[in-house]
Amino acid sequence: MSDVSSGQVPKQSKWSMVGKDPYSMSIEKIDLSHPGIWRANEFLPFMERLRAESPVHYCPESAVGPYWSIMKYKDIMEVDTSPHIYSSEPTIGIVDSFEEFTLPAFISMDPPKHDEQRRVVQDVVAPSNLKNLEGLIRQRVCTILDDLPIDEEFDWVERVSIELTTQMLATLFDFPFEDRSKLTRWSDAATAIPGGGVVSDQMERWEALQECFAYFIRLWNERVNEKPGNDLISMLAHGAATRNMPQEEYLGNVLLLIVGGNDTTRNSISGGVLALNENPAEYDKLRAKPVLIRNMVSEIIRWQTPLAYMRRTALVDTELGGKQIKAGDKVVMWYASGNRDDEVIERANEFLIDRPNARQHLSFGFGLHRCMGNRLAEMQLNIVWEEIMKRFHKVEVVGEPERVYSSFVKGYMTLPVKLQPLD
Amino acid sequence: MVNILFIEHDGNEHPVEVSTGGSVMQAAVTNGVPGIDADCGGSCSCATCHVYIKEEWLGKVGELSPTEEAMLSLSTDRKDNSRLSCQIPVTEELDGLVVTTPEFQF
Repeated sequence: MSDVSSGQVPKQSKWSMVGKDPYSMSIEKIDLSHPGIWRANEFLPFMERLRAESPVHYCPESAVGPYWSIMKYKDIMEVDTSPHIYSSEPTIGIVDSFEEFTLPAFISMDPPKHDEQRRVVQDVVAPSNLKNLEGLIRQRVCTILDDLPIDEEFDWVERVSIELTTQMLATLFDFPFEDRSKLTRWSDAATAIPGGGVVSDQMERWEALQECFAYFIRLWNERVNEKPGNDLISMLAHGAATRNMPQEEYLGNVLLLIVGGNDTTRNSISGGVLALNENPAEYDKLRAKPVLIRNMVSEIIRWQTPLAYMRRTALVDTELGGKQIKAGDKVVMWYASGNRDDEVIERANEFLIDRPNARQHLSFGFGLHRCMGNRLAEMQLNIVWEEIMKRFHKVEVVGEPERVYSSFVKGYMTLPVKLQPLD
Repeated sequence: MVNILFIEHDGNEHPVEVSTGGSVMQAAVTNGVPGIDADCGGSCSCATCHVYIKEEWLGKVGELSPTEEAMLSLSTDRKDNSRLSCQIPVTEELDGLVVTTPEFQF
């Protein structure tokens, strides 16, 4: 194995494609799983070549072993909606050995167990419940935005994107508010590649997760002895279908919700700022017509694609796009590529806030595993942009963002900005 | 032509007239009926075209496939008369159909 298990990121791993010309290398060497091109923001031309020349692509050799890459929108739809052929077990990550994914969580389960477990927790993010949360989210967004400095450089990721998503998670779990930065730490550690900037080695990563588990076991023990509440932990501790769930299942699902509710929305909040700065004509459109925010939010989620892929494992020998996939093969659906497939999405590489059919993107996945928190994410982004437009002429990006070292979590470590107030 | 009446959760009515061949979801979307998102474009894989079928029409809109059943079970507002409108083809037999849209699509 390469840098994934060695605990250090080498200067240039033998698997890295950073700096290479996507069109002059031999096609079977193209390996999107290596995090290097994602951090370096060089993944687009590699995806483009695969969509054109090898849309169902076999990579025979990589740091994570052999795997298939599914590049086109329609093929991704087919895989995502065929759980009887493409299983979510044992894991939806490209690496088999990431220990947090060995904790049972419904994202990496097939029906019927997936359906049972998801049903228990989905009520907390159901739109009818979110309606009650809207006022609180808006109030918190306003406080965060009102505290920001004007005409002074700061990190948007830290001050806005992380702060807001962490506060939201703390609310859903009724997690002690003063300890909320721990949620961010645990979420980051859960998906981190050791040496990639978040944790230095597997031990540090594991320690963070152990702290997370101990904390949530304590919360369960407290809530189970209190009156049933509307927070997620209380719902699990008192729910008929979950109150006897094995502890590892509880922790697996908690970790899933921490990661699912944290990284993704955070990176879409940052991504929107970047997309508007790279496309000033769209920022002008937005200022002229703030009613476009709702449509823009879907476009931001497509353009950012905060999770670049989901992995499945073939249960049987099958055929896709004329290629023979064998039972047991790893199959990776690159949502980040399907969202740029111009056979389905017109002018797919452009960021257009008034795009027709903006909701038809792959970022939430489709089928049984479709993102459970999609409405919460959209609501948070809607409110953030409504409140930004009331306050600032421009959130100006004043330096290069630092991107996450991951082919899974597609996002930003930092995004330096300056605020220009309304006149 | 086939007449379909869409009623929003707050009682707003949207009568539409469509030809046969498409789905009830398409009838709503192409006529600008609010409350139906149809994110997946009609392939029974997102459950955002959820509607409630008026009782007397339940016998005419066909049976749920296992896939539709599975997707609907993800919706928290599911009722006995719930259907995904992309899975109901518009036929002459459905002239006069009445469906209600939920307050939220999940």
